[in-house]
Amino acid sequence: MSEIMDKVADIIRDMFEDYDGPVDGALTAEQVPDWDSLAQVKLMVAVEGEFGIRFESREINEPANVGELVEMIKKKLAKK
Amino acid sequence: MPSFRDLPWLSLAPADFRERCAALDKLASGWGVALQHLATHRLDARSAARLGKVISRCREAHRPLDPLSGFRLGVLSNATFDLVVEQLPAAAARHGVDLEAVTGEYDQVVQETADPQSRINTARLDACLLAVDHRWLRLDRPNLDGSDGVAPALAQLKSASAAIAQNAGCPVIFQTIPVPPLALFGSYERRVAGSVRSQIAQANKGIAALATETGSYLLDTAALAERIGTDAWFDPVQWLAYKLPFSADCIPAYADTLGRLLGAIRGKARKCLVLDLDNTIWGGVIGDDGMDGIAIGQGSATGEAFLAVQQLALELRSRGILLAASSKNNDDVARGPFRDHPDMLLHESDIAVFQANWIDKPSNLEAIARSLNIGLDALVLLDDNPAERAHVRAALPAVAVPELPEDPALFPWYLASAGYFESVSFSAEDRSRADSYASDARRADVLARSHDTGDYLSSLAMKIAFAPFDSLGRQRIAQLINKSNQFNLTTRRYTEAEIAALEADPSVFTLQVRLADRFGDLGMIGVVVCRRIAHESMPAWDIDTWLMSCRVLGRRIEEAMLARIAATAREAGVAALVGRYIPTAKNSMVADHYLKLGFTLVEQSADGVRTFVLTLSGYTAPALPLA
Repeated sequence: MSEIMDKVADIIRDMFEDYDGPVDGALTAEQVPDWDSLAQVKLMVAVEGEFGIRFESREINEPANVGELVEMIKKKLAKK
Repeated sequence: MPSFRDLPWLSLAPADFRERCAALDKLASGWGVALQHLATHRLDARSAARLGKVISRCREAHRPLDPLSGFRLGVLSNATFDLVVEQLPAAAARHGVDLEAVTGEYDQVVQETADPQSRINTARLDACLLAVDHRWLRLDRPNLDGSDGVAPALAQLKSASAAIAQNAGCPVIFQTIPVPPLALFGSYERRVAGSVRSQIAQANKGIAALATETGSYLLDTAALAERIGTDAWFDPVQWLAYKLPFSADCIPAYADTLGRLLGAIRGKARKCLVLDLDNTIWGGVIGDDGMDGIAIGQGSATGEAFLAVQQLALELRSRGILLAASSKNNDDVARGPFRDHPDMLLHESDIAVFQANWIDKPSNLEAIARSLNIGLDALVLLDDNPAERAHVRAALPAVAVPELPEDPALFPWYLASAGYFESVSFSAEDRSRADSYASDARRADVLARSHDTGDYLSSLAMKIAFAPFDSLGRQRIAQLINKSNQFNLTTRRYTEAEIAALEADPSVFTLQVRLADRFGDLGMIGVVVCRRIAHESMPAWDIDTWLMSCRVLGRRIEEAMLARIAATAREAGVAALVGRYIPTAKNSMVADHYLKLGFTLVEQSADGVRTFVLTLSGYTAPALPLA
């Protein structure tokens, strides 16, 4: 689980180079400058690529924070 | 079967790609070369984006990025194109272009082109890509009432390009339209003029004509989608959720396809295909297998596979790409098939420069480039041997060297897919270019500069194994002894029974040499037989047989073999080694073999037989890059 979190955190830090704050389960888009809707798209696509998963239409806007995103990834990996 | 989507002709990105990007930032010069080198790998989205950021930082710091040519590209799309744009600079760098992309507002194509003060129109672009799809052109629905959906679509494109020409003052890049996989009529689709497929087919014809008419460029996105497969190209989920025009998985392939077009616009397309010979344009090794033994021609899958490689080379030649040959062979032996083999498609007159010798390939490639008066960045090397490919890539990063699979049936696919010869025109001059070079398959002089092979040899991670003859190796030993002609000092032939006798003879020293490197196991590559004699009343070994596979030349294997022979000889109380060169029609390449190893020539007979001696007290084994 923490391995998934580490990879997601890596992607987030790569995308938002200027953000120095903590990247943990509680992090939301509002807390990071430049995390707009386009960044959200880039993040979801990057996560799909990194883990070899695909989100369904209804899943894309479900996660309210990074922790919920990690949970969703974990469930999808388990199904593979 | 490989997929275009995976860009398999590019080698995998190094494991430390991230670190190399960071290191690039700290260079004091040569950023352009370093960028192009890093870009010439299979890059996933994150790596491409990372490299793109390095390129941006270089530009911000005003670092010169030669040999990359600058290009400012506008991008207009009705879809979310940012994820594509993020990967464009890396792909462009691969093709010799330093790309700065300027994106218009999302889905504001008409507004951006029409407003003279828009970002696109004030950016002083070198070209503008109209990345619009079937949805923007309203070709995503059939017109079954007889109305024409194609003319309005073409008019839209024409009007946008006219606005760009007028307001931005730059040429346009049109895209062709992929056909979405939703056939309303099944097999009848093509027979209904207003079906989606029929309309798009007609529109694509019109777009190509429009490009010609307006002096614009054409990016054949439809062909790309076909290659990848439209089922893999279109992604309804990603369109609905993110407004991505096609699956994010296809972005690297799209970026590379656009990159090669930009490279062609900047004159960076390659001009000369250099062909290795053995196992690249025919099956087998001409020097060992002879004219009857190589596989080329109808009647076998392998022979026909190599015919296809030669056919592709000829077709490239007919559109203006020059052909050259670079092979580790004796010159006359290598030319033999071109002259005398009835099934060869390629003839000497098709080859502008013909380099067959025992000098390293990088030096030969330099000679070819000089002879044709083109840069190394105009060359492509097709070579089945992964070690040779790695050597050339390391020594001459400007030369394009596609990865190749084991199966030659796929060589044409890899070469054609890699897109080294992208073009934006085709003239009478192109058609006659290859013929205008003297069709004498001339030899170019190779300068005596040696390429530092130390690092390359170490990078091969070679493991050498020595053993005396044994029953396990007997068959292969017999094969080598009876078939090796070129790297064979005495060409003594032994039957399997005689070899078995040598195994058991305690007065004879025998050696079978095996080699492996990081690319795989090369198997047995050397055989030695030594007999006890007296030389000037000292115990000595006469080297009855010394032969090697030509595949492992230039790796200092000979030195390793000598070190092993010398060490064993010393232990046996032997004071000297006597080596003989018995000339034949085929082994001239080893005339100086013993001289190079430090032996002294003591006798040369009238028929050319040379005798050499090495006194072991004066011999020290060198340090070698072999485990």
